[in-house]
Amino acid sequence: MMPTLSIFLVVSAALFSIGLLAALSRRHAIFILIGIEMMLAAANLNFIAFWRFSPQPQQPTGVMVAIFSIAIAAAEAAVGLALVIAVYRHYRTTNVDQLDQLKG
Amino acid sequence: MSSAAFVVIAILTLAAALAAATLQKLMHAALSFALAFVGIAAFFFLLGAEFVGLVQVFVYIGAVAVLIVFTILLTRRDVEKDRGFNWSGVVVAIAVFGGLIWAILKTRSVSIAAPEIPALTVERIGQVLMTGYIWPLLCVGLLLTAALIGALILVMEEKR
Repeated sequence: MMPTLSIFLVVSAALFSIGLLAALSRRHAIFILIGIEMMLAAANLNFIAFWRFSPQPQQPTGVMVAIFSIAIAAAEAAVGLALVIAVYRHYRTTNVDQLDQLKG
Repeated sequence: MSSAAFVVIAILTLAAALAAATLQKLMHAALSFALAFVGIAAFFFLLGAEFVGLVQVFVYIGAVAVLIVFTILLTRRDVEKDRGFNWSGVVVAIAVFGGLIWAILKTRSVSIAAPEIPALTVERIGQVLMTGYIWPLLCVGLLLTAALIGALILVMEEKR
């Protein structure tokens, strides 16, 4: 008994929603980044699942997109965490609610 | 690809992800984040994309999780715990989840079983990467170099 494609899509949707919850609800900058990483991983899961269930699996397009997406997510995490450290150095806080100097 | 393994991995992944999104202690949440990515890598193995699963383990658990732990340790003088929690985010997340589930269950063409496919070897991935995807590969290399330099410049000590 194999799981169908829709079950994988449901798991991926749940993971995306949890990532969105973390990105919207947490006030700590690192956890907003963790939420974004989770949403990216959910998209990767969708790419791999659609490749596995496609009628032409000889073309590994979904796998390629997932590999490039992982590389870009790693670059995004590195720059994001460097930004968190730079912001912490300036304001002595990582709480995004207190970073409101640009507010009019 | 068995259902029992799928259920176990799904419960592990979603529980770890939920813990990472809601735990109060920063370090516990970062470790749950690593566990959630182990689950996602297991999904990739289950789907027959072993190479992507290994890349996921190397990049996320080997590099990104360690980077997050380092950042938490470097900024921990500020707050040990993450106190504020915005409850309107929960409403938005549940609404998005409901919309996605509705769309998935409404679409008939996605409730299909997996076809038999030949195993995707690393050799084949390497061939495709070096022929059809050579320009994206070069662009990603350039992007990673730029991200490395950018991250270094961002955290450099400022001259006063």
